[in-house]
Amino acid sequence: MIALLLEPFGYQYMVKAIWVSALVGGVCAFLSCYLMLKGWSLMGDALAHAIVPGVALAYLLALPYAVGAFLSGILAALAMALVRVRTRLREDAVIGIVFTTFFAIGLLIVSISPTSVNVQSIVLGNILGISDEDVVQVAIIAAVSLVILVGRWKDMMLVFFDENQARAVGLSPTRMKILFFVLLSACTVAALQTVGACLVIAMVVTPGATAYLLTDRFGRLIVIAVTMGVVTSAVGAYASYFLDGSTGGMIVVLQTVLFLLAFAFAPKHGRLAARRAAGAQVEPAV
Amino acid sequence: MKPASAADLRTAGPTPSIVVSGVTVRYANGVTAVSDASFALGPGTICALVGINGSGKSTIFKTLMGFLKPAKGMVSIAGMEVRDALKRGLVAYVPQAEEVDWSFPVLVDDVVMMGRYGHMNFLRIPAKADRDAVDDALARVNMLEFRRRQIGELSGGQRKRVFLARALAQGGQVILLDEPFTGVDVKTEDAIVGLMRDLRSEGRLMLVSTHNLGSIPDFCDQVVIINQTVMAAGPTETTFTQDNLQKAFGGALRHFRLGGSDLHDDADGRRVTVITDDERPLVLYGERDREKLAGGDKEGIARDNPKSERQT
Ligand SMILES: Nc1ncnc2c1ncn2[C@@H]1O[C@H](COP(=O)(O)OP(=O)(O)OP(=O)(O)O)[C@@H](O)[C@H]1O
Ligand SMILES: [Mg+2]
Repeated sequence: MIALLLEPFGYQYMVKAIWVSALVGGVCAFLSCYLMLKGWSLMGDALAHAIVPGVALAYLLALPYAVGAFLSGILAALAMALVRVRTRLREDAVIGIVFTTFFAIGLLIVSISPTSVNVQSIVLGNILGISDEDVVQVAIIAAVSLVILVGRWKDMMLVFFDENQARAVGLSPTRMKILFFVLLSACTVAALQTVGACLVIAMVVTPGATAYLLTDRFGRLIVIAVTMGVVTSAVGAYASYFLDGSTGGMIVVLQTVLFLLAFAFAPKHGRLAARRAAGAQVEPAV
Repeated sequence: MKPASAADLRTAGPTPSIVVSGVTVRYANGVTAVSDASFALGPGTICALVGINGSGKSTIFKTLMGFLKPAKGMVSIAGMEVRDALKRGLVAYVPQAEEVDWSFPVLVDDVVMMGRYGHMNFLRIPAKADRDAVDDALARVNMLEFRRRQIGELSGGQRKRVFLARALAQGGQVILLDEPFTGVDVKTEDAIVGLMRDLRSEGRLMLVSTHNLGSIPDFCDQVVIINQTVMAAGPTETTFTQDNLQKAFGGALRHFRLGGSDLHDDADGRRVTVITDDERPLVLYGERDREKLAGGDKEGIARDNPKSERQT
């Protein structure tokens, strides 16, 4: 039995899949804390689609496609930030407009000059077959992003909570947001290559949303979300050994289960707690 | 406040001052909210900024914070450009209405601590001085018992007090308060005024907008009266006069004159003039009341739906 459970660790590709997933899961979960609070949860989805023109162009120009993806991701993120600041449109409209524009441009380029890049592999990712260069690239992006986030999480929290106060203590909200979007784009691209668009979207939404049900403090929110991201990603990758390949699906299912548990049982913001509070108000009157 | 703490020494350098000269501010929609406004304030001052709704008080604050760029003229704080003054943590600001997300997962404690970021290192790890400043500020506004509450789980006045506490904890040399007393109970207002007096004796400069005309002579040594532009500015005794107020407020000012049997049972010829634009009335005794009351005018006491005499 134990031999069977340890079996995945005997394979280099499984070990690699587990730790890369965990790293990506952790950093995406970190980002999810901010996205969720700003109503930007769908930004991950938008970015995943917005990289298509970059990938297509990179292919045309014979550049590494991660470069194209990253550049067009950043461009899309900045375009969203710019439209948001310069107009009074709400986040969802801004994200919708920018992402469809980028996606359309991407499709146009692909239709004019068909690429051999398999859009399917971008959507689904392939962590089990990840190449060593990709591992290095993902590891560097994720590690650098994590270091920056750990160093600046309070400043970013202040900018997201109260821009005026951020300015009053001498921070530049614009610069902080650009930094955030650059990190987001880099991590989205890194994660796309490994785990696929579908999973990236889940990873930059669910952990933050789950943690939000469990705490009222931003610091703890981050710790809970990152822990959840790391553990579900590692366990999901591990479990996929036995289920033959559906790593992304496994991770998302695990995260969703945790979310549902928090939704029902969270001590303060869960459904049961709400019902108990409502009950407690009625009882003394009886 | 603990003026001697190490973190505060960094900001103890420059002398606080505000210079606004010839400032015109225009909003994106073309409204000129302030035109050619000038005034100057020095250290150890509490200055009241008064004017009717829409006279440009909040606009002045936003310009002082650098959120709005003047179309003409210039603003300097402590002898520097606004941006440099902000970088050095010289300015604390409490806006009229907080534009924050009330469901954000932060506690009262965390919000007040945000005032201290300018004093902390790169990683924003609070030192004892920072924690003391937070405790002290929360105690001042009577919010210690709520410190573990999520910020949205407070009443309107309590929220206001938290953001006041943040500005106090920040301890800038220049403190800008845009209608800090609106929605705050009298007890808290008195505590805040007491604290502002302490801060003044430490040499800090405070600019406060308020509609409580009555309390201004109590604690403000300077007054700036505005209506799009500066109508009058200077020491309270010489500037905060009925004439100046009438110029700036016009018809928006309520004006009651009470005399005779409303005030006294005996035959006392003196009159009381009550001027208010909103909340606490300004009460002037006797001498300014030149005109005779209209015959048989028995105005009630001000608090009980008085007949008001609109001035133009
Ligand atoms: N964001 C804005 N865009 C356009 N015009 C504005 C904006 N904010 C304020 N104004 C206009 O500028 C003028 C000054 O407004 P301001 O907020 O400075 O008044 P105020 O003196 O603070 O009034 P109150 O006593 O009501 O707080 C008003 O005429 C107002 O309509
Ligand atoms: Mg105002």
